Amino acid sequence: MSVEHHNGNGKGHAHADHGHHELPFWRKYIFSVDHKVIGIQYAVTALVFLLFGFSLMMLMRWQLAYPGQPLPVLGKLLGETAMPGGVMAPEFYNQLGAMHGTIMVFLGVVPLAVGGFGNFVVPLQIGAPDMAFPRLNMVSYWAFLPGCILMLSSFLMPGGSAQSGWTSYPPLSDIAPTGQTVWCLAMVLIITSSLLGSINFIVTIVQLRAKGLSFWRLPFFVHAQLVTAFLLLLAFPPLEAATVMQIMDRVAGTSFFLPSGLVVSGEQLKIAGGGSPLLWQHLFWFLAHPEVYVLILPGMGIVAEVIANNTRKPLWGYRLLVYSVIFIGFMSFVVWAHHMFMTGMGTTMSTFFQTTTMIISVPSVVILTCFIMSLYGGNIRFTAPMLFATAFLPMFAIGGLTGLPLGLTASDIYLHDTFYVIGHFHYVVAPGTLFALFAGIYYWFPKATGRQLNDKLGKIHFWLSFVAINFVFMPMFFQGMAGLSRRLYDPTVYAHGRGVQALNVVISWGAWGLAIAQLPFIINFFMSLRAGARVAENPWHSTTLEWAAPSPPGHGNFLTEPVVYREPYEYSVPGKTKDYSPQFQAEG
Amino acid sequence: MSETVIPYMVKPHPVTGLPNGKFGIWLFLSSEVMLFGALFSSYVLIRIGAPHWPPEGGLSSEVLNVPLGTFNTAVLITSSITMVLAWASCKMGSLPRFKMWMGATVFLAFVFLVVKYFEYSDKFHHDHFPSHDNFYAVYFLLTGLHGLHIVGGIIVNTFLLTWGSRMWKTDPEHFTNRVENAGLYWHFVDLVWIFLFPSLYLL
Repeated sequence: MSVEHHNGNGKGHAHADHGHHELPFWRKYIFSVDHKVIGIQYAVTALVFLLFGFSLMMLMRWQLAYPGQPLPVLGKLLGETAMPGGVMAPEFYNQLGAMHGTIMVFLGVVPLAVGGFGNFVVPLQIGAPDMAFPRLNMVSYWAFLPGCILMLSSFLMPGGSAQSGWTSYPPLSDIAPTGQTVWCLAMVLIITSSLLGSINFIVTIVQLRAKGLSFWRLPFFVHAQLVTAFLLLLAFPPLEAATVMQIMDRVAGTSFFLPSGLVVSGEQLKIAGGGSPLLWQHLFWFLAHPEVYVLILPGMGIVAEVIANNTRKPLWGYRLLVYSVIFIGFMSFVVWAHHMFMTGMGTTMSTFFQTTTMIISVPSVVILTCFIMSLYGGNIRFTAPMLFATAFLPMFAIGGLTGLPLGLTASDIYLHDTFYVIGHFHYVVAPGTLFALFAGIYYWFPKATGRQLNDKLGKIHFWLSFVAINFVFMPMFFQGMAGLSRRLYDPTVYAHGRGVQALNVVISWGAWGLAIAQLPFIINFFMSLRAGARVAENPWHSTTLEWAAPSPPGHGNFLTEPVVYREPYEYSVPGKTKDYSPQFQAEG
Repeated sequence: MSETVIPYMVKPHPVTGLPNGKFGIWLFLSSEVMLFGALFSSYVLIRIGAPHWPPEGGLSSEVLNVPLGTFNTAVLITSSITMVLAWASCKMGSLPRFKMWMGATVFLAFVFLVVKYFEYSDKFHHDHFPSHDNFYAVYFLLTGLHGLHIVGGIIVNTFLLTWGSRMWKTDPEHFTNRVENAGLYWHFVDLVWIFLFPSLYLL
């Protein structure tokens, strides 16, 4: 079979069209059923939302660094209700916080990691012509996008957007202004989209693998996506149920989450009562803890691909990695209440969840160890994707290890809901997952567009981001250990906050610096799209199946039906002429 | 329309023994189990936290209309049988008999909804809205979501009965698979009611 087909003009569409006429623009790029177009739609939407969610946080950082001082220029533009006299109103601060969390998790990272990379890469890596249900795939994107728009529109509601945190704990969220109802409705749409997507992923991975691609020959990225899809499939429905109940509480006047005798602003609410605010927390965290692994597993998958490709040696402990990721998948369903040690749910429950939490940290450490062992003795190429993937390792390690004191009830009592928690999970998701996602963008951009991203700008992007992001999140651990609570509108109201206020200034400037560090990436992205160096189908000399297809792959992906002959990461096999033996070549 | 040929759309995969659609519907049902599982758990939690159930006194079986509920249970079980017969008719190659049994299934689904309408309007008539107390909140939430699932089933089954059945001429095996998938979903909706009826009306 011809794998050395050279795709000089970068337009791989025509030859795979089987003689059919070109689809009209709106079928090809808007209501497309092609997994590659849908993947790119998800990725672009998610990148826009990541930038937007980040901007919300940058506004908040002004209030935290300089509490009560008017924000120059922007303060006037945002209007008198949000920023009276240029000073941020407390309600607006709460809206920004709630929407930052919601947007980053549900509209940014997950759609990019699963909707974007999953959709684009998984069918290619398993040698499938498309997803198992292409039209369902289109429907999931078109359920997601209205959900996003609805979520944004909540800023325009009377009383503003959701403002009870991304966790939307009742009773506060039950009595919040209309924006919270819009939050719930948008979540129902986004959850529906995730459910449809996860069904599609599982069926695709199980049913549509190329000939010879057995379970133990799947790239680690596909394993990670498969486990992620199961988490989305089984963990999201309880949140959907909870969201419907919160809508009922707010619109139909029920009391699922409202206890009897609730007093608001000195007056007793006219409700039936008898509900339980803790019920929401259980249902929410039953989703949201597996969701944490939904955030990290695809990132780990990307890092595995990039590390194997750039160290030019097989992934160390491939089977161990797969067992670990499956074990994480199972365990992630029985750790949720470690977010609730402070709710008084009882010591027996706390002990149980503390134990499961300690157990689930083991496979995460196994995965990290395998990655570090993969570096050992490698002939490492420090390309832009590899820099991001390498930085993922210590950053995720910091994020993961700082989580242990939060999983132990004794130390959690002190650290709960402080900036320490913010530092911990941002180390996992921001320099962890987001760096992995950037590695993925640099790694697969040539496959998606047929052009390479500029490596020099990529390295500038990496180093600036790497320095800035540590200025943002490292000081938070010290603030948290000083006892500074999260979600405080003005950190200087408490004496123990004033001692660490100087760090807030450092963090804020770090965050604004991080924004500037993204400029090389944005410039690079658009510049390379038009003028990047053109590439053939396998620019990184990689071994997995997506590199058998033309860059960019045409309709139906592969020119000839791919057959798999070997395991996924056969780099530097002794006695071979090349240092890589692709899965799709009989003689590598 | 995509011209890409997706494998195992109609024929079962040699390893899993399932075509894509049937595999997909089982996964969908697993997420539905989690949805109703969460709702049932919430019901249990709220109920054990209440000093008395229903909160305003009496018994569930006195507040809700047990004869109507029993009748509806019988209606749904019968509709599950007609659904199986519709699928069996496809397997035996008879479209007219399929249409008869599928028509019966859709009819029974409407009967269920009409009975539910009378039950609901009776409650509203006595000013028993979801906000009345958590008994009614749980009752309307669970039966309401179940009712939406019935409506979904009616839409799918009506499609298969009308425009959808045109596929019978071009690809009878694929059409039969679709009927089977719709049937799996319908049995699930039926099964949810079989849990709902005793736990809401009788216990």
